[in-house]
Amino acid sequence: MSEEFKVEIVNPEKSFLVKDDVSEVVVPAFEGEMGILKDHISIISFLKPGIIKILSKSGDENYYVEDGIVEFKNNNLSILTSTIFNLTDLDKSKQQDLLKQAEEEANKTDINDQSKYLADQKVQVLKTLN
Amino acid sequence: MASLDDLKKRIASVKSTQKITKAMKMVAAAKLRRAQESAEKGRPYSEKMNNVILNLSNGISDKENAPKLLSGTGQEKTHLCVVMTSDRGLCGGFNSNIIKKAKSYFAKIIDEGKELKIITVGSKGNDQLKRVYGDKIIENISFKESKNANYFDADKVGKMIIEKFEAGEFDVCTIFYNQFKNVITQIPQAQQIIPLNNEGEENNSEESYEFEPDEDEILSNLLPKNISTQIFKAMLENSASEQGSRMSAMDNATRNAGEMVDKLTIEYNRSRQAAITKELIEIISGAESL
Repeated sequence: MSEEFKVEIVNPEKSFLVKDDVSEVVVPAFEGEMGILKDHISIISFLKPGIIKILSKSGDENYYVEDGIVEFKNNNLSILTSTIFNLTDLDKSKQQDLLKQAEEEANKTDINDQSKYLADQKVQVLKTLN
Repeated sequence: MASLDDLKKRIASVKSTQKITKAMKMVAAAKLRRAQESAEKGRPYSEKMNNVILNLSNGISDKENAPKLLSGTGQEKTHLCVVMTSDRGLCGGFNSNIIKKAKSYFAKIIDEGKELKIITVGSKGNDQLKRVYGDKIIENISFKESKNANYFDADKVGKMIIEKFEAGEFDVCTIFYNQFKNVITQIPQAQQIIPLNNEGEENNSEESYEFEPDEDEILSNLLPKNISTQIFKAMLENSASEQGSRMSAMDNATRNAGEMVDKLTIEYNRSRQAAITKELIEIISGAESL
């Protein structure tokens, strides 16, 4: 039996990525990184800023996301996100822009703890990319 | 009867109007294709989002303590209506259809003695509503600068609505937009987004999910996003409808202008001939009298 399942990443504008030969996906879930293999139990969770790793026969791919929801059901993984970038497309200047934005957000004083935490996360993740 | 010169001028002016409407039709057709495409591409996201929320809200054990965005504030005193229209005119009945739908809803709310607040998105709606409901409009948003509907704009509107909701400014929120069916038909829609109305949608999947973290936390994170998503969907549908409506309106205008040119040309030729005949008669009768 094959060990592959289907992954679909959707953002509000379009269906961002559909792949059906995926062996493992690692998502930055809110309570820590989560690796998903075939026949995982149905789960709904949401994402914090981080890197989605998609491992498949046709090669591995990495994506940077800022938020989103994952739903896994019947060997279908759906990831809904509003901000996603393929790491290979994300060049240095773009990275810097995002980092600057995130830092600005993190330095705001009038935000609540959760958004502060998320902004800090963004900064951290973006820094590790450089 | 208009003189020959006048007729000539009128024909020229109708022809140039026809050129403009024809050009507008072409532009609308090109834009329509793009808008329709993005409306279709945007559908999976809002559908998936809806599904997840449906699954979640079914999984919630404690309905009493469910997030307010889902269950409502428990009363229905103040209604917020978000009327989404276009920023540009010349698109047939597009804006008036939304306004008509919205106005009948407003009248119902006022009849019931409830309080009404209005947010208009797009300047055309604001223009039409401010005369009658000027004092009820609390906010007017316009995205004239952004070329296409984008999620960022929708998110801004969504965040604003949520802020107002959390400040207790309203209990029920309804958005008005045109759903794109095809180029000729757009259906004005009133969709309630707060509290979320899931009635009538049966969830038949018996699947039980694992949640991480728990349902409540996911829901409270998800619901604000859903508001933005719904608004984004409405914006996409609206922009496709606007272009479709403009296209058919301009098509009609072009055809009408063509008919008018034909009619004027016939009139012009007739009067030209009449003038010639008259002159001939004058010459002949002049020659006869000699």
